[in-house]
Amino acid sequence: MSEMASEPLGREERTPVSSSPRRPKNYLNTSYTARSWLLTTDHKRIGILYMIAITFFFAVGGIAATTMRLELLTPYGDLVGAETYNKLFTIHGIIMVWFFLIPSIPTTLGNFLIPLMIGAEDLAFPRLNLASWYVFMVGGFVTMAAVIFGGVDTGWTFYTPYSSVYSNTAVALVIVGIVISGFSSIFTGINFIVTIHKMRAPGMTWFRMPLFVWSHYATSLILVLATPVLALVLVLVGIERVFGVGIFDPSLGGDPLLFQHLFWFYSHPAVYIMILPGMGVTSEIVAAFARRRVFGYTFVAFASLAIAILGFLVWGHHMFVSGQSIYAGMVFSVLSFLVAIPSAVKVFNWTATMYKGDIHFDTPMLYALGFIGLFTVGGLTGLFVASLSFDVHVHDSYFVVAHFHYIMVGSTVLAYLGGIHYWWPKISGRLYSAWWGRFSAILIFAGFNLTFFPQFIVGYLGMPRRYYAYAPEFQVYNVLSSAGASILALGYVLPLVYLLYSLQNGRLAPDNPWEATGLEWQTSSPPPTENFLEPPIVTHDAYERPSATISSSTGGQP
Amino acid sequence: MIHLPGLNQASTAAGQVDLLFLVLLGISSFFVLLVSGLLIYFGVKYRHGSSADRSNPPATNNFLEIGWTVALLVIGLPVFVWAASMYFHDEVPPNNVLVINVLGKQWMWEVVHDNGRREINEIHLPVNYPVKLHMISQDVIHSLWIPDFRVKQDVLPGRYTTLWFEATETGEFPLRCAEYCGTQHSGMTGTVFVMEQADYQAWLENAAQGTSLAAQGEQLFSRLGCAACHKLNEQEDGRGPLLLGLYGRTVLLEDGTTITADADYIRRSIVDPQAQIVAGYEPIMPTFANQVDEQDLLALISYIQSLANEDGANQGK
Repeated sequence: MSEMASEPLGREERTPVSSSPRRPKNYLNTSYTARSWLLTTDHKRIGILYMIAITFFFAVGGIAATTMRLELLTPYGDLVGAETYNKLFTIHGIIMVWFFLIPSIPTTLGNFLIPLMIGAEDLAFPRLNLASWYVFMVGGFVTMAAVIFGGVDTGWTFYTPYSSVYSNTAVALVIVGIVISGFSSIFTGINFIVTIHKMRAPGMTWFRMPLFVWSHYATSLILVLATPVLALVLVLVGIERVFGVGIFDPSLGGDPLLFQHLFWFYSHPAVYIMILPGMGVTSEIVAAFARRRVFGYTFVAFASLAIAILGFLVWGHHMFVSGQSIYAGMVFSVLSFLVAIPSAVKVFNWTATMYKGDIHFDTPMLYALGFIGLFTVGGLTGLFVASLSFDVHVHDSYFVVAHFHYIMVGSTVLAYLGGIHYWWPKISGRLYSAWWGRFSAILIFAGFNLTFFPQFIVGYLGMPRRYYAYAPEFQVYNVLSSAGASILALGYVLPLVYLLYSLQNGRLAPDNPWEATGLEWQTSSPPPTENFLEPPIVTHDAYERPSATISSSTGGQP
Repeated sequence: MIHLPGLNQASTAAGQVDLLFLVLLGISSFFVLLVSGLLIYFGVKYRHGSSADRSNPPATNNFLEIGWTVALLVIGLPVFVWAASMYFHDEVPPNNVLVINVLGKQWMWEVVHDNGRREINEIHLPVNYPVKLHMISQDVIHSLWIPDFRVKQDVLPGRYTTLWFEATETGEFPLRCAEYCGTQHSGMTGTVFVMEQADYQAWLENAAQGTSLAAQGEQLFSRLGCAACHKLNEQEDGRGPLLLGLYGRTVLLEDGTTITADADYIRRSIVDPQAQIVAGYEPIMPTFANQVDEQDLLALISYIQSLANEDGANQGK
C-alpha cells in the first residue's frame, strides 16, 4: 500500500491553485453525466446526493425558523397571523426532524465513510442504498407538496385528537410523506447493520472499528427497530382522520394518550438517532486533532449501545403532566437519569483524550469542542426536565424548546458541520479556507448560544412554546433570541459559500491532511470508485499511531 | 426561601421547585465548569508546539471509568428521589380541598364553581387553602399552567384530570394553555385571582345564578328521565343501580372486577353505559352522549355526589 501512503503536506501546499489537476481516476472524475450520478450505486456518490438533498431541506426548515424568529421580535402577531405561525413551526419541525436531523450524518457522512473506514468496497446493498435516496426524495416532495397545498398546523408531534379530528389542514398528505421517508431510514439502517457485520476488511475486528462506525451501528439498530412504530402510529392517525375509526379520539371511543405513548416510543429514540452519529464524528475529530487514541475506547463504544438500548425505555418522560400514572412517571424519570450516564461518560472520555495530546485547533476541532460544550449543556438540562416536579413547571415551555435544540440541533449540526469540514478534503479532494472555517465555527457557536440560552430563562419565567403572541414581559429574551438567530443564519450560510468555492478554487488536498489514523485516510483524496486499489489489511487498533509519529510531534522536534 | 426575579412564588409548591432548580443549576454549573475548564487547560497545555510532557499517554483507565460512573449515580439518584417525592406530594391532594371545575375548549377556559357560579378565563380562589381543579376538555388536549404556582396539568377530552395547589399570596396571576390546541392556542390565557378567604366567600355568594351545580344536576336528572330506572330510595327496586350513596363506593362489575365510583366512572356510565355493567343488572341503558355536554355531565356528577353526601358516604371528589 505504499502508493497510498500519505504525502507530506508541504509538497501539496506548493501545488498551483488553478491548474487543471491531473488526478488519477477517482469516484468524482470517473464520469460527469447526470445519469452517472442519478443511477449511481457508489456509496460515496449517494452520500453526495443525500448531502445536496438535506442541504435543500435544511434551507426550507431554516427559512421557516427565521420567519418565526422575526415574528417573535414583538409580543404581538404583527408579521404573520396565528394560522401562518402554526404552520411555520409545524413545517420547521417536520422538515428539520425527518428531512434534516435524522438523515443528516448517517446518510451523508455515514454513507460515504462506513465502507471506507472498515475497508470495504461499498455498502452491502448498493442498489438498496440508491433506492433509499429515491424513497427519501419522494417522501420529501410529498411533504413539501402538503406545504404548498396550504400547510399543516398540528406541530411535528401530531398530538391527537387535534391532528386526527380537529385540524383542517393537509395532515393526511404530510403523514404519507413522513411514512414514505421512514422507509428510507429503515433501508439505510439495514444496509449499515449488514455492512458492519459482513464487510469488514481482514483484521478489522469489532474492537478495532472506529467509534464512528460503532455509533452508526447503534444508530442503525434504533432506525430499524423504532421507525416502524412511527409509521404505525401515523397510519393510525390517518385512519382515524380519513375513515373516522375511533382510535385516539375519546368521542369515537379512542384514547389520546395511546397516541403519545406510541409517538414517543419512536420519537425519543429518534433523538438518539440524531445524536449518536454526532458523538461518533466527535470521537473521530478529537482523536485526530489531539493526535491521540480515544481515551477509554471500549467504554465509549459500549456507551453507544447503552444509549441505544436505554433510549427505548424513557419515552414516558414526555408525558409527566399528560395524565399518565404517577408511578409510571417515576419509572420513566429514574430511567431518564440513567440514560444520561453513558452520555456523560462519553464527554469525560473526550476530555481525557485531550490529556497529553498534541492538539491542533483546526476548523473540525473547533466544531468538536463546540459540540462537547452544547451537548454538555443540553444533556445537563435533560436532567432538569427528567426531574419530575421541575418538569411539571417547564413542560411545554421554552425551557424545553431550548433544551432539545441544544441536544438535537446544536450538537447534531455542529457535529455534522465538523464532520463535513474534517472529511471535506477526502470527499472533494480540495482544501477550504482555514480562516473562514474557523471564523464560521466560532460564529455558529456564539450565534447558537445567543439564540437558545435566553429561551431557558423565558421558559422558566412562564412562556409556553408554540405561542405566536406572548406577554410583553418576555420580549427582551425573544429579542436576544432573534438576534442570535440572525448570527446563526449567517454562520450557516458561510460554510455553504466557502466550501462550494473550494470545489473549484481550493488547493488540492493531500491524502491525509490531518495526520489522522483510519483507513479512509490511507486511500487517495478523493478515493477511487472501488475505495482501495488494494484491499486493505488491518493490523492496528483504532487510532493507534506508530510511536515515531507521536515523538516527532512533541515539542516541534523533527 | 430563595426568590428568583421575574416570577412570583405564589404557591406552597413554588419555593420547593425553585430550590430544586437552584440545586440543579449548581450541579450543572459544576459540570460545565469542570468540563470546559479541563478542555481549556488541556487545550492550552497540550497545544501543538508546546513543550508539555506527553510521555506514556494513558489509553484507558478502568478505575476512572467506573469511578465517574458511580459518581454520576451518587449525584443523580438523590435528585431523582427528591424531585419524585415532591411530584408525588403534588399529585395527591389533602382531604379538605376546595374543588373547582374547569372546562377547556378551543380556545377558552370555562370555570364552574360548586354553587353554580361560572366565569370565563378567570379563576377566583381563596388564599392559604388547598384548591383542586377538576378538569376536562370538550375537544382537544389543553394544558393548564399557572407559572407563578409552578403547577401544570394536561386537560384531556373524555377523562377528568386534576391539579391541586395552595396559593400563598393574594393577587392576580397569569394562566396559560401549555399544550398546543390549534389556531388560537396563544390566546387561551387567563387570570387567577387569589383572594382572602372571606373575600372569596363573598365573591362566591354574590353569584346571580343562584342554582348550585348539584341542583342543576337534579333538574337534568329529572328532565332526562334518569329516575325511571335509577330510583332514589332504597325501598324501590329500579332497573338500574341505586345511585344513593354510590359516589366514592367500590362497585362490583359484571365481569367480576371492581371499580371505585368516581367522577370518571359516572361520566363513562352516562356516555358509554355498556362499557362497565354493574353486576346483577341488564345492559339496557342507552348512551346519553348526544343529549348531554360536558357542563351537563359536571352537573350530573355533582348531583350524584350530593346524594352520597346525604348518605354520609362521601370520600371526596
